[in-house]
Amino acid sequence: MAQPQHRLPVEHGAPDPMPFMHPVMKKNYGKWVYHNHPQPGVLYHRAQSGDEIWTVKAGTQRQMDHQTVRKLCDIADRYADGFVRFTARSNIEFMVADRGKVKPLIGALTEAGFPVGGTANSVSMIAHTQGWLHCDIPGTDASGVVKALMDELYEEFVGCQMPNRVKISTSCCEINCGGQADVAIIVQHTKPPKINHDLVANVCERPAVVARCPVAAIRPALVNGKPSLEVDEKKCVCCGACYPPCPPMQINDPEYSKIAVWVGGKNSNARIRPTFHKLVAAGLPNNPPRWPEVAEVVKKILGTYKKDGRPWERVSDWIERIGWAAFFRKTGLPFTRHHIDDWRGARSTLNASTHIRF
Amino acid sequence: MKKTLQETPLLDELEQGPWPSFVTGLKRLAQENDMMVDLLGQLETSYRTRTGYWKGGTVGVYGYGAGVIPRFTELKDEQGKPMFPEAAEFHTLRVQPPAGMHYTTDLLRRLCDVWVKHGSGLIAFHGQSGDIMFQGAKTANVQAAFDELNELGFDLGGAGADVRTSMSCVGAARCEMSCYDEQRALRTVINSNLDDMHRPSLPYKFKFKFSGCPNDCVNSIQRSDMAVIGTWRDAVRTDEALAREWFAAHGMEELIDNVITRCPSKAIRLKKANGSEPAPQVSRVMLDDDHLLEIDNPDCVRCMHCLNVMPGALLPGADRGVTILVGGKGVLKIGVSMGTVVVPFMKLETEEDLTKLNELARKVLEFFAENALDHERIGEMIERIGLANFLEALDLPVDPSMVLHPRTNPYVRTDDWDEQVAKAKARQDGA
Repeated sequence: MAQPQHRLPVEHGAPDPMPFMHPVMKKNYGKWVYHNHPQPGVLYHRAQSGDEIWTVKAGTQRQMDHQTVRKLCDIADRYADGFVRFTARSNIEFMVADRGKVKPLIGALTEAGFPVGGTANSVSMIAHTQGWLHCDIPGTDASGVVKALMDELYEEFVGCQMPNRVKISTSCCEINCGGQADVAIIVQHTKPPKINHDLVANVCERPAVVARCPVAAIRPALVNGKPSLEVDEKKCVCCGACYPPCPPMQINDPEYSKIAVWVGGKNSNARIRPTFHKLVAAGLPNNPPRWPEVAEVVKKILGTYKKDGRPWERVSDWIERIGWAAFFRKTGLPFTRHHIDDWRGARSTLNASTHIRF
Repeated sequence: MKKTLQETPLLDELEQGPWPSFVTGLKRLAQENDMMVDLLGQLETSYRTRTGYWKGGTVGVYGYGAGVIPRFTELKDEQGKPMFPEAAEFHTLRVQPPAGMHYTTDLLRRLCDVWVKHGSGLIAFHGQSGDIMFQGAKTANVQAAFDELNELGFDLGGAGADVRTSMSCVGAARCEMSCYDEQRALRTVINSNLDDMHRPSLPYKFKFKFSGCPNDCVNSIQRSDMAVIGTWRDAVRTDEALAREWFAAHGMEELIDNVITRCPSKAIRLKKANGSEPAPQVSRVMLDDDHLLEIDNPDCVRCMHCLNVMPGALLPGADRGVTILVGGKGVLKIGVSMGTVVVPFMKLETEEDLTKLNELARKVLEFFAENALDHERIGEMIERIGLANFLEALDLPVDPSMVLHPRTNPYVRTDDWDEQVAKAKARQDGA
């Protein structure tokens, strides 16, 4: 019997964006000289040639049904020359070369339920992962956490009232696919994995699993006569690194997989060097569908930053100025022994000075 | 046969509130196809039990070993049958977007049409690595969906131990801070290494990201194994009209608080205008008839802060290029890490420059493939072998810009000190 004919893929790679770029952007490519921020959600750019372009930014749900995509396309066709782009945080941008088109465009987006904002000193859309919708190792959902939080932070998205821009990320396991952020919301497991010893030998490449553990807490073992793995639970830091290569080592738990909040990450080089986010709160319940306990902590932190931060201070700059003692005091978050790092390199995180704010 | 949507009281709560609701979108799709009816059933179960129900597997397209994320349900009844059979297979196609994520509406509608025909109709713009994620296809439909997307000029992205889909900022398309052609650099590097994307054979994932300036809008420094970040090495350019305009609008207090004192290297100073000439290597701009701003360029670390505060009045220099940093990654296994400098500056303007970048990328990938342990990112590998060894292997010259400060411990063999000094001198003489 003849084998079915397979079509060979054309290895295009990353497509050329030029055919899809707004003509004013294409014409002035590499020749921009100025920008400003006329109002929340709107950016103005001017090129050397004198050409101008206005960008209107709107929030989306990221996981979009095709009807939503088509609705955005209809708006782009009617009000914005038929071109759009997306940002790294899943906001959509509409570009117009005519100032007169800005207002009707904002009207159409608002009317259709897309919040216009996310520019300058706003809380931008939350970088998020896949969660229960599509991930194979999620401790919680992603889209739902983001939706619930963005409802709470809506005014901060459409306004620009923070000291500087605020980037939030969520991650549904400790791998932290959401990335570093001013405020990061990340699953934090609190119990070692539960091992299904009947399955380990057939499913897991045991030496690879042993090698994944950052604290060398996993070792091969014979359990009920079957080759399996065991975890030294005193050593285990419950990170879940063993779970992806060995699904029978279930780390997710409806009750004991908690949520932690981290602050002060930033990737930009502006002012202080790029920084990692730091743990400030943990033990929050994984509480769908709206995760109110998480929202409360995030709002508390952002509210304090909004009030106390000076212009151009990102969360990390703000804390650098006021110090961690004041951060914990002002936010009312308790400082515990778990905030003191004991992983490798921890010495560099200790205060080797008498620099103390009283 | 159209299935009825079961009740989803928990998800329904996510239809409330002002932010666009993905649940409302999923329900719209459920009116069209049974796959989304069952997907909602499984997701509602996850919300109730606080448990995920997907497992991976092996699904792909002919000729490629990566780019499809297979998902099979684990939510089964006592007989082992899927409780939501229409969504029992719910695979994602990761597809590389046009660099910079530009789209025409015509293109977006075509992508939608393909996914309505062969998949669930659910698309994410975009995943954390920058892929368009076409979510929800049955195994039998994956090849047909890919074929149509491929005919439209699109290609699968990375997954697993391979070169991943890349991202570049809006950059030259709409930003005065852009220091190189980001999308061209992305396409040069990525499209020259597609074999390592489509046929995973690296020790672990490898990500490239491209940001046009040190504001790093695509978070390349921490989120990529090799970050290409725009910078310049000559003087900050100035525009007096815009500087005067800014000062008139914002005043002295804001200038001092927001510009002068926020300079991390104290390179920027406020001076009284007295008719003197600026010192060499100093950028000077008048703020009004009495005051001027001076940037002592050799002290400037190109952090972008003053350029961000005074857009257009201060601009990147004319001698532009990139800094390359290697080793950014997430927390597993040794802890989160930023990329660190391996090339302080290289030009990236001509075809020849791009070829050099591409050759460096290839050398880095090859060294990674040869020397990293299984599931070890390049940042971890460098931590294990030491940066100096990595640089030597890649024939990259050591440079003080690669460290915050020299070593603080004596635990090093220095028998070849004179030889190393001779090398450093030869580099100096050659430069």
